Parts: sequence; structure tokens; C-alpha cells
Amino acid sequence: MKFIALFLSALLVSIGFAQSNGNAENGKRLFLRDGCWECHGYAGQGSRDGARIASTALNAQALIRYVRRPSGAMPAYVDKVISDQELTDIWAYLKTLPGPKPVKDVPILNAIKNE
Amino acid sequence: MAKSKRVSVDRRGFLKGAAAGAAAGAAALVGKPPAASAQETAQARPTAPLPTPRQVALETGAPAPRVDVYTTDRPGADFMVDVLKSLGFEYIFANPGSSFRGLQESFINYGKNSKPEWITCCHEEQSIAMAHGYYKIERKPILTLAHGTVGLQHASMAIYNAYADRVPVYLILGNEQEIAYRRGDVEWTHSVQDAASMVRDYTKWDDSPVSLGHFAESAVRAYKVMMTTPMEPVVLCANGQLQEEPIPQEERGRLQIPKMTLPTPPAGDPSAVNEAAKMLVNAENPVIVAGRVARTPAAIPMLVELAEILGAGVQDRKFRMNFPSHHPLFNTGNVATADVVLGLEVPDFWQTTHTMTPINRMGMESRAITKPDAKLITITANDLFSHSNYQDFGRYTPVDLAIAADAEATLPPLIEACKRLMTADRKRAVEERTKKLAEEHRRTRERDLEAATVGWDASPVSTARMAGELWNQIEKEDWSLVSDTTFVSWWPLRLWKFDKPYQFIGGHGAYGIGYGAPAAVGAALANKKYGRISVNIQCDGDLNYVPGVLWTAAHHRIPLLSIMHNNRGYHQEHMFLQDMASRAGRGPENAGIGVTLEDPHINYATMAKAYGMYSSGPIENPNDFGPALKAALEVVKKGEPALIDLVTQPR
Repeated sequence: MKFIALFLSALLVSIGFAQSNGNAENGKRLFLRDGCWECHGYAGQGSRDGARIASTALNAQALIRYVRRPSGAMPAYVDKVISDQELTDIWAYLKTLPGPKPVKDVPILNAIKNE
Repeated sequence: MAKSKRVSVDRRGFLKGAAAGAAAGAAALVGKPPAASAQETAQARPTAPLPTPRQVALETGAPAPRVDVYTTDRPGADFMVDVLKSLGFEYIFANPGSSFRGLQESFINYGKNSKPEWITCCHEEQSIAMAHGYYKIERKPILTLAHGTVGLQHASMAIYNAYADRVPVYLILGNEQEIAYRRGDVEWTHSVQDAASMVRDYTKWDDSPVSLGHFAESAVRAYKVMMTTPMEPVVLCANGQLQEEPIPQEERGRLQIPKMTLPTPPAGDPSAVNEAAKMLVNAENPVIVAGRVARTPAAIPMLVELAEILGAGVQDRKFRMNFPSHHPLFNTGNVATADVVLGLEVPDFWQTTHTMTPINRMGMESRAITKPDAKLITITANDLFSHSNYQDFGRYTPVDLAIAADAEATLPPLIEACKRLMTADRKRAVEERTKKLAEEHRRTRERDLEAATVGWDASPVSTARMAGELWNQIEKEDWSLVSDTTFVSWWPLRLWKFDKPYQFIGGHGAYGIGYGAPAAVGAALANKKYGRISVNIQCDGDLNYVPGVLWTAAHHRIPLLSIMHNNRGYHQEHMFLQDMASRAGRGPENAGIGVTLEDPHINYATMAKAYGMYSSGPIENPNDFGPALKAALEVVKKGEPALIDLVTQPR
């Protein structure tokens, strides 16, 4: 039990380290260069062809795992194409993109909701 | 029309008479080398049909004096116009062509350019796609004309789209079949032995009449074949000689236009319909998959009634306006958990019931997503008609009950059979199921609204914002969306309220790009007489195929509000290239080569202005879009087209 707790602590520290090392500015450059926007949109809003990734709920490690072996139609990116660090940077950029806001704050959408 | 006071002479008969006369003199009269005349005569003898009295007189009488004939009061094309008018076409969509000049002249003068009225097109692909869009609103076919060679080559992709979308288009091809009537290299290169052969694989029927009587019969037959489900384009060749030469005197008064009676669409076999009803009524989770069901507006309330009787979720494949988008059963239900799936006019039913390996995986695997004991029922007119070469029929799908019939025509007996079989117990199950599905529908709408908020203020403008702003302006109008929603993540279908038959027209049919703009203009022309506001979300790549359609809209005062979905590229292909690069373990940074429309950016507002259309943009700030829309809408309400160049997110 003690061993598991230590392991989990080490894992969390490791993830936290990777997350805190994400460079959002470089992540934005990579997001544009590597065409993440093509399916996910420039605002990470998602589309018919890609999930919403703005303010992603994934941590950096989960994002990396998914990009290496995606479950949906997303292309798989090997590390020689994009490194773990670069993906961490993209993850940091995604965290800066605003997620959904209350529908009532967008008058046009609020009107549609109340039809 | 100026009429000749000279005696009108049938040039065909005159040439034959000349050839049969004294060889040297006659040959000189018609200006042919003697060898050619001799060959013509020699070939004519063993195969000639029985001569008419007039021909006999020419053959046996004294050689006719050479008469230069300049005019006629009754070209054959006049009769062709009579025939085509009898079929009730409202418009002709055509780019002009010399091989049907006789017919065109007769339409605009003899036919008074009314019913049908000539609509000037700048490309044959435009003509056909406009006819495609027009039909989807008005449910009436359009007459189109093209050269049998170069015009048809332009038109062919659009014909394939209409074919795959089960839309009737009536196409007449000009052609000079008789070699002696080809006046030079242009007419030789524009002539063809079998004009319709190029598109025979994706048209339903064609003919090349050799006389006016033949033309009349085949013209009526073509219409009937075209309008019989499954409806498809047809082709009729109009021989130039028949168009331009006078109607032979002996045929005047004898030519008749056959009565045209459309066959009733075939409803399903009653015992098979009862069997389907039993399966559906006893199902715990029935799902209806709607393909090209709504052949007429009557299908929508019938489909609603069937779904409500059964408490069945309706998965709309978005080929037609089949089902109201705000109905609690719209886009609910799950094929994977269904115990009975009913496919109505669904092309490629396999795709509905099986997985498709994503493009990012090697190999190919397709597994059934339905439960092993799920029962599959199809009702489709596609089972009544097949061609082999083009593969639009999709993969063969094993089903439990296949009813070869028109789905719309089968809905009334199916509804009645379901009503008869419904018991109090089954009604309770239906009520419970309907509540669950309505809740699913409500949650989907909430999720859609929440999703639309993400990137609402982004630049380029999000497609959700585009749809939301549009709805804000047109909601109170009598509107009609005359474009597909596939390339804008279906946002209009997710945010707007669709409940009228003319509010959605589906897509291309065969996904041939270049359909969008002309189909929208054709649909808008159909909407014009009803005073509807036609709205077109126009993909940029698509507009560049036949931009001349903007001129057609401006010239003919066709009110149409076009919003450019200007994502500055062929975006689907951009994503494909990225997929391929990733498969190959290479970086995606070169994926834009050959697929983007940048450097320079295309200014669609300027393009529209050049064609004489009101326009604004390019707009990159989403807050500028609403005011621009309002101004453009005012133009459209006055009966003119308008275009806003909106720089958008990719999807």
C-alpha cells in the first residue's frame, strides 16, 4: 500500500513536471504548423471531423498517449513527427483556449434555447 | 417571324433528287465531288426505306431546277418545341451551342420564350446542377440543352451527381448526325455517332430520333421514364438536320404528340408490408433510418406519424427534408442497440449498419454494429433499377426483409398496418420509449448549444457563429436553405428549426464538387415565385468550378443570399493529406501543398461584384457579420442576389 502511494505520488509529480514545462507559446506555433486546427478548429472548438479540445480535460500524459494511439479517426503521430515535449507544449496551449461558456451569455444562442 | 414567299423545298429530298439526276449536272448543283455523290447513291439503293410520294416524283420526274432556298415558315424545331411545351417545363437551363441553334431559335421566337423560359447559363455543368437544385425545391424537372460532344463533356459530372441523388433532369443534346450537313471542322468535331454513350452509365434512358414523329414519341417516353421512381436523368438527341430543315409538307398535319401519363409509384407488396409492420410493432427499440424518403412534401407528416406510432428514433441521413428537426424523435435512437432497423430509401445501407475502418488505420475491417439478432428491413426503389459500372449502389447488405418499392408510396399502407397491430400493451411501451427518446433529443440540443459557444468570438469566424447569426436574421422570414450542411459541421441543422418541405435540399448525390453554387441558384429560382428567402452557405472551393453562375443569378434577378464559407482551401483534401503523411510517419507541415487557396487570397466579394451582384467582405471579425447580413438581406428582399465573403474556420 505504501509502495503504491509512493508510486502514485511520483507519477503525479512526473505529470505535474511535464505539464508545468509546457510552453504555450511554442504550443500555439506547433498547433498552427502541424494543422491541429484543420479538424479541431483554430479555437479548438471541434467540428464534424475532430473533437473539442479547447481547455482540454486531459492531462499532458493522457494527451500524448491519445495522439500516439488515437481511438477515433484522428491520425496517429509518431514521436519522430512530434515529440513528447512538443505535445506537452500543444497541451499547454490548449489549456489557454477558452472552453464553453454559459449559453445565456450569448444572446443569439440564448434566444435559440428559449424558442 | 419573316416568312418566305418562295416555295419551300425539303433540302433532304432536294439533295436526293440531285444525286439521282444526271450525274454531272446534279453533282455540280449540290457542290459535291462526283465520287461522293456516286457513293451516296450506291449506298442508298440497297438500304433505302420505301420512298414517299414526293420522293418518287423527284426520282422519276424531270430533274428539278436548282432552287436556292433561304427561308422556311416551319422548321422542324418548331414541332420539337410544341412537343417539349406539352411536357410542361417552366424553364430551360442552357449554355448556347451551335448544334441546337435551331431549337433555341424556335424556343425564343416561335415558343415566345415562355414556359419554358430560357435561362442563360455560363457552363453546362452549371445548367445541370441548377436543374438538380431546382427540382429539389419545386419537384418539377427542368429542360436542359447541350452540345452532344463538348457540352455533354462539361455537363457529365453534374449528370452523375443528379443520377446518384435520384433527381430527374431532362437533357437534350444537339448533334449533326447526317455527315452531309456538317458545314466544316467545327461541326465535324462537335458531331458524334452515339452522343448519349458518354453518360449512358449514369442516365436512365436515351434515344436519338431520326424523324420528327420519332422525336415526339421518344420525348414523351423520356419524360415518363425519367419521372418513374427511382427518378433519374434522361437524354434525348436532337438531330441538327431535323431541327433546321422545314417540316416536310407530307408530314404536316400528320405529326402528333402522344399523350403522356405518369405511372403511379409502386407501393410495397401488401404481405411484405404487413410482415414489416409486425416486426416494427413488436420491437423494443425500433429505429428508422431516413435516406431519400421525401419524394414529395406529403412524406414528412407520414414519416412523423409512423415514428410516433412506433415510438421509433429517426436517424436522418440528410439527403432530403425528411423530418422536422425539432421533433423529439429527430436524430434519436441507436442502430447499435436497435432490435429492428427500418431503412427507407437509404443508399449504402451497409454504411448505416456496419463500422468503417478510419482512414488512419492500415487494412480494412467492417463489422456489423447491429445486434446479432437485430432484424433489418429495407424499402427502396433502388432495388428496382441498377447499373453496373458506376458504384453508387454501395455494398451489398444482407437484410431480413427487402421491399422493392417506393418508400413514400409504401408509408400509407405501412402506417395502417402498424395501427392495426398496435395493442394497449404495445402503446404503453411506445409511450415509455418516446419519453426516453425525447429526453435524448433535448440533451443533444443542449450539448449543441453549449458547443456553439466555443470559439463564438473567434476569427476566422466559427461555422456555429455563422449559422447562429444567419438564424437570427432569417428566423422570422419564410426561408429556404439551398445548400448542404456537411461542410459546416451541420450547424444549421443543429441550431435552426426545419419543419417545411422546402427548407432543406440535401447534398450533391455523388459528392462531385461544383454542384453547390449552381444548385443553390436553381433552387433559389424555384423559391422566387413563392417569395421565399433562399440562403446558400457557399463553399469556396465549390464556387471556383462554375463562378459564372453568379452572373446568371444577377442577370435573371434571382434572389439568393450567399454566405461564403471561405476557409481558403479544399479542406477535406487538406485533412486527407495530413492523414496520409501521418500514416507514412512523416510530418504534416507540407499537407497544405496543392489544397490551399492562399497567396493570393481570393476575394469573393470582388468576384461577385464583377458579375454584377451586391456583395460585402471579406469579413474576418465575427462582430461585423451581423450588420453585413442585415444589409445583404435587404437586397435579397428586393429580389436581387447578394453575397457576403465570410472568412471562416475550416469546418
